[in-house]
Amino acid sequence: MSISKEEVIYVAKLAALELKDDEVSKTIKELNEILGTIDDLQSISTLGVEPTSHVHGSVNAFRDDIIQDSLSNEQIAKIAPDFENGFFKVPKIIT
Amino acid sequence: MNNTELTSLSAAKMREHLLKGDFTSEELCIAHLERIDKTNSRFNSFLSVLSESALRQAQSADAILSKGGDKTPLLTGIPIAIKDNLLVLDTETTAGSKILKGFVAPYDATVIGKLKKSGVVIIGKTNLDEFAMGSSTENSAFGPTKNPWNEERIPGGSSGGSAAAVSLGQAPLALGTDTGGSIRQPAGLSGVLGIKPTYGRVSRYGVIAYASSLDQVGHFARTVEDLATVLDVISGADSKDATSMPIVVPNFSQELAKPVSLRGLRVGVPKQYFIEGMESEVESTIRKSLEVLKSLGATIVDISLPNTKHALAAYYVLAPAEASSNLSRYDGVRYGPRHRSESLSEMYAMTRADGFGSEVKRRILVGTYMLSKGYFDAYYIKAQSVRTLIINDFKAAFNNHCDVIATPVSPRCAWKIGDRSASPLEMYLEDVFTVPTNLAGLPAISVPAGLNSLGLPIGLQLIAPAFEELRLLTTSKAFLEEQPFKQDLPSTRNF
Repeated sequence: MSISKEEVIYVAKLAALELKDDEVSKTIKELNEILGTIDDLQSISTLGVEPTSHVHGSVNAFRDDIIQDSLSNEQIAKIAPDFENGFFKVPKIIT
Repeated sequence: MNNTELTSLSAAKMREHLLKGDFTSEELCIAHLERIDKTNSRFNSFLSVLSESALRQAQSADAILSKGGDKTPLLTGIPIAIKDNLLVLDTETTAGSKILKGFVAPYDATVIGKLKKSGVVIIGKTNLDEFAMGSSTENSAFGPTKNPWNEERIPGGSSGGSAAAVSLGQAPLALGTDTGGSIRQPAGLSGVLGIKPTYGRVSRYGVIAYASSLDQVGHFARTVEDLATVLDVISGADSKDATSMPIVVPNFSQELAKPVSLRGLRVGVPKQYFIEGMESEVESTIRKSLEVLKSLGATIVDISLPNTKHALAAYYVLAPAEASSNLSRYDGVRYGPRHRSESLSEMYAMTRADGFGSEVKRRILVGTYMLSKGYFDAYYIKAQSVRTLIINDFKAAFNNHCDVIATPVSPRCAWKIGDRSASPLEMYLEDVFTVPTNLAGLPAISVPAGLNSLGLPIGLQLIAPAFEELRLLTTSKAFLEEQPFKQDLPSTRNF
C-alpha cells in the first residue's frame, strides 16, 4: 500500500502538522518505506484471533465517582502560555 | 576514598557507608555533582542537573538517617537520575523535545512520589530520544548522548542518558522507560543492568506517554541487588493508572538475598533471535553466556517463537498509532511554547511543526494514517491480532518448555553517531529483539555479558513470564556471580 501526495497532505492536516513544500516529498518516501514493511502483516492469518488491547486482558478498571484534587488555577497560571480568569486564551478560529 | 571510588560504589555499598557514618549523604551528593560537572559536557547524559534541590534532599536524608539509622528506607540519601519524560515536580521536563522546552512539571509522577518517600536524592533529568522515540538518543532535540565506552558512539536509546549516567558513575541508579526496548537496549550497549518490569507492574501516571499499551517504567543499576531495591519501591498498582495491575508485589530484595540456585532452571533459546546480519561477536558472547548458565545447573532448551518475524511490523503500527493520539495534546494551548498566530488552526499546526523533530513527525503521520477511515481495520486491528499471536507464542513456550528465555538484547554493539540516521527503517531494525517483549507485556532484563573486540559492551536479555521479575533477578545474580562484568568500567575511570 503506498501513500499519495494528496493523502500525506490530508493526513498532515488531520494531525495538525504543517508540512513545508520541501518536506512533503521526503515524507512521502519515508512513509512509503515504513508502510512497505508493515504490509507484510496483511499476509498473516488472524482468522478467529481476538485483537489485544490490554496485554493482560484487563477491562473496566473503574474508580469510585468521587471528586478528587486537580491542579489549581495558580499552578496552571505558572505554566500556561496565556491564561486569564481561569481561561486559556487562544486566537480566533478563522475559517 | 577519592571521588571516583565513591561514585563507582553500588547503592547498597553507599548505604553501608552512610549507616556507618563514613560520609554523609550531602557529601555523597556533592561527589556526584562534581562527577557530573566533570563529565556532562563531554557525554551530554544530563539535560538538567538539580544541584539545589538535590542538596536539600541530601540534607533531609542526613537528618532522617541520624534519627532512624538502619530502620530508614534502603534508598535514603542515594542519588538517582530520572529520564526526562517523567514528571518531577517543579523541574523542567522536556521529553527531549523543543515542544516542552521550559515546561515545568506541576506534579510528581507516582513513581517519583514513591522514590521521594524512600528518601532518594534526585540528582538530575537525563537525555532521551524525543518522546522516547528512537534507539540511539540521537533524536533528542538537545544533542545526542555519547557512549561512556566510546565517545564516537551512541549509548543506545531511547533512555540513553540514564544508561550513560549509571555507566559513567554519575548516579548509581537511574529511571528510564521502555516501549520497544528503550531500557534494555541502552543497558546492553552501555554495559549496565537494565530492567523492564511486566506491563502494569509499575504506574505510568506522570510519565509522558508515547504508546500507552506498550510503555513501562523501569530502571538501570550496576548491581542486581540495587535493581531489586528500586523495583521494590516503584512497583505496585496505582488507582491513577487504570492499566496498572493489582498483582501482589513480592519483596524482591528479601527474596534475592536468599541463596540462589539455577539447578533445574529451563532456559529457552528461541531460534528466531539468532539472525543473519547479527554481529558474530554478539552471537558468540550470548552462546558463551548460555554455557555459563548451563554450568550453573540450568538446562538449555531450543524453542520456537514463530511470530517473532511479525513483531516489528506490529509494533510499528501500534506504537505510532498510539503516539499520534497521545501527542495530539501538544498544541500550545495549556503548556509549552506557543507559536503565536492569527488563527487557532495555524497556532496548532505551527506550534507542532516547530516543536516536534522529524522522527516524531514521521511517527505521528504514520500513526494518523493508519488510524484514519478506511485503514483502521487493515492496520490497527490487524496489528492487535498479530499481537495476540505473539503473546500466545510466549505463553506456549513458558507453559510447556521453559522458565526463562535467553536472547541477545541487540543484533549489534554500539554504532557510530550518525551511522543509522540515513534511513528510519534501518534504525527500527535495531529493536528486533526487544520489541516482542513489549508486545507481550512481559518482564525482561539486560545483563552485561561481555565486550567485543572493540571494547564495546554486549547485553544478554532474559525474559520471564508476566509478573515473574524475581526469576530475572535471581538468574542475573547467579550469572554475574559466575561471570562478573568488571572490565575497566567507565564508572571507575578518572575523566
